[in-house]
Amino acid sequence: MLETSTLYGLLGIVLASLGLHAVILQTDTLRRVLAINILGVGVFLVFIATAYNGPDAAPDPVPHALVLTGIVVAVAATALALALRRRLESSAEDGDDE
Amino acid sequence: MNEAMALTIALPLFGALAAAAWPGRSSVIGILSVLLSGAAVTWLFTLVMTHGEAYQLLGGWQAGLAIALHADFLAAVMLLLTALVALAISVYATCYFRSPRDAARFWPLWLLLLAALNGLFLSADLFNLYVTLELLGLSAVALTALSGKRAAIRAALRYLLVGLLGSLGYLAGVAILYTGFGTLDMQQVGERIAVDPASEIALILMTGGLLLKTALFPLHFWLPAAHSNAPAPVSAALSALVVKAGFYLVLRLWTEVFAEAISPQGAMLIGLLGCAAIIWGSWQALKAERLKLLAAYSTVAQLGYLFVGLMLLFTTPMGQDYELVLGAIMLMALTHGFAKSSLFLAIGVVQQRAGHDRIAELDGTSQRLPATTFAIALAGTALIGLPPSGAFLGKWHLLSASIDAGQWLLVLVMSIGSLLAAAYVFRVLGHAFGNAAFASRPVNMALQEWPALALGLVATLLLGLGSHWIWAFLEISS
Repeated sequence: MLETSTLYGLLGIVLASLGLHAVILQTDTLRRVLAINILGVGVFLVFIATAYNGPDAAPDPVPHALVLTGIVVAVAATALALALRRRLESSAEDGDDE
Repeated sequence: MNEAMALTIALPLFGALAAAAWPGRSSVIGILSVLLSGAAVTWLFTLVMTHGEAYQLLGGWQAGLAIALHADFLAAVMLLLTALVALAISVYATCYFRSPRDAARFWPLWLLLLAALNGLFLSADLFNLYVTLELLGLSAVALTALSGKRAAIRAALRYLLVGLLGSLGYLAGVAILYTGFGTLDMQQVGERIAVDPASEIALILMTGGLLLKTALFPLHFWLPAAHSNAPAPVSAALSALVVKAGFYLVLRLWTEVFAEAISPQGAMLIGLLGCAAIIWGSWQALKAERLKLLAAYSTVAQLGYLFVGLMLLFTTPMGQDYELVLGAIMLMALTHGFAKSSLFLAIGVVQQRAGHDRIAELDGTSQRLPATTFAIALAGTALIGLPPSGAFLGKWHLLSASIDAGQWLLVLVMSIGSLLAAAYVFRVLGHAFGNAAFASRPVNMALQEWPALALGLVATLLLGLGSHWIWAFLEISS
């Protein structure tokens, strides 16, 4: 019988692999930003799954705290990526091609 | 015990907030913060030189809970490099960003980048390193896009995505290490590390992620566009300091955390990639048509020498030679830091004066900008590794260690790399000399020309003639 934490860990690895695959192969920025986010979620999921200490013990709080920080960083980075992409699009409309 | 370490991070951080809050006074706040944090770095440096190292747990928490800061000789040297280069770049930037709007955008990000760099050099904990890596990456990307031109924004976007990919690789490695060894403290992980598949996967993920950020060949594809499209002071910081941060972490992880788990094949692979970087980067620099692109490709090549040094570190036995190679790596990193920032600042002056940085049309630059041309020549001397530059001694020791180890390929590659570097430097100087009339004064844009000159002089004279203290200290501390 598969343990719950193993299931989550494996799911995380699958998500991370999908994200990595897409970030390398996709050319569109928006898709690559999404792919990076999926890759990130995969890594976070693996990290969270390692905190599980069995049904009777409390989970290890450290990975939770770290993943929370990681999510904040990921949100900030995604915002920056989207802002840059918007700038790129609006300057294309202006016809400024330097 | 002392607050020097916390201050080196806190001062630029508060400076960044203050510069963002009072955009009208951002230049004054910026220069003041850089000076103050430079003073804190000097204080810390003298502490490390007298006590050997410094260690501090922030906020009065106990070990394991507190954020731990640790400064050894390597960290202190990198902090000093950062402080000196940052001072020169900041003086330059006060004149480069003339409009208040540009200045108000530059200073908060620049100070944030400095806070992240200082934090990275001092962090003793794997997760805090991840946080500083991300802060460094985000501020570097924003600075790259500062000019608002399409090419710059496109380069910044790619830089951001590559940086995020690298950080996530690093973070996945941290997760594996924490699961396996139950701690994030670098020293404790290093003591507990076992040679098992999990450690090896962590090693590959973390090293791979950092190599992407450090732009080791063939993961350098994002660097030339990002470094050559950023404004001159930013290019100087990116090439001299930011890529060094990635190398610093690889060096730290390999020597302190994974030392037991590194296989000779792994070290060999890094060395071969370093060799490829030297040849490819130098060749591309020789072919470049624009000065900034030349300088960026030269960074790709110079990073190669650092990784060749890393390989030698793992193929030479502990003892005299080990310190020699470690000292050589530090000297190469320092020299490149000063020389490349000098080169980018000087190129910025040429670009502002001539309106372009096309190498073939530099005719007469030496007459119009004598001091800046001299700075380019000084930086070039250090990049080639001619005496008396610091890189001369660094390369000398790397070459003699390669000969001792029987690594003839490295000797060949480093010699070819130096010849190619001579070719691309003299190509620039050849075009810069022409028949135009001399300017009446050698220095025409004082606040922008002096910083480049000072950095070039440090790289060629100070580090070459006065670098004995590096080895003296390594011998004492070992």
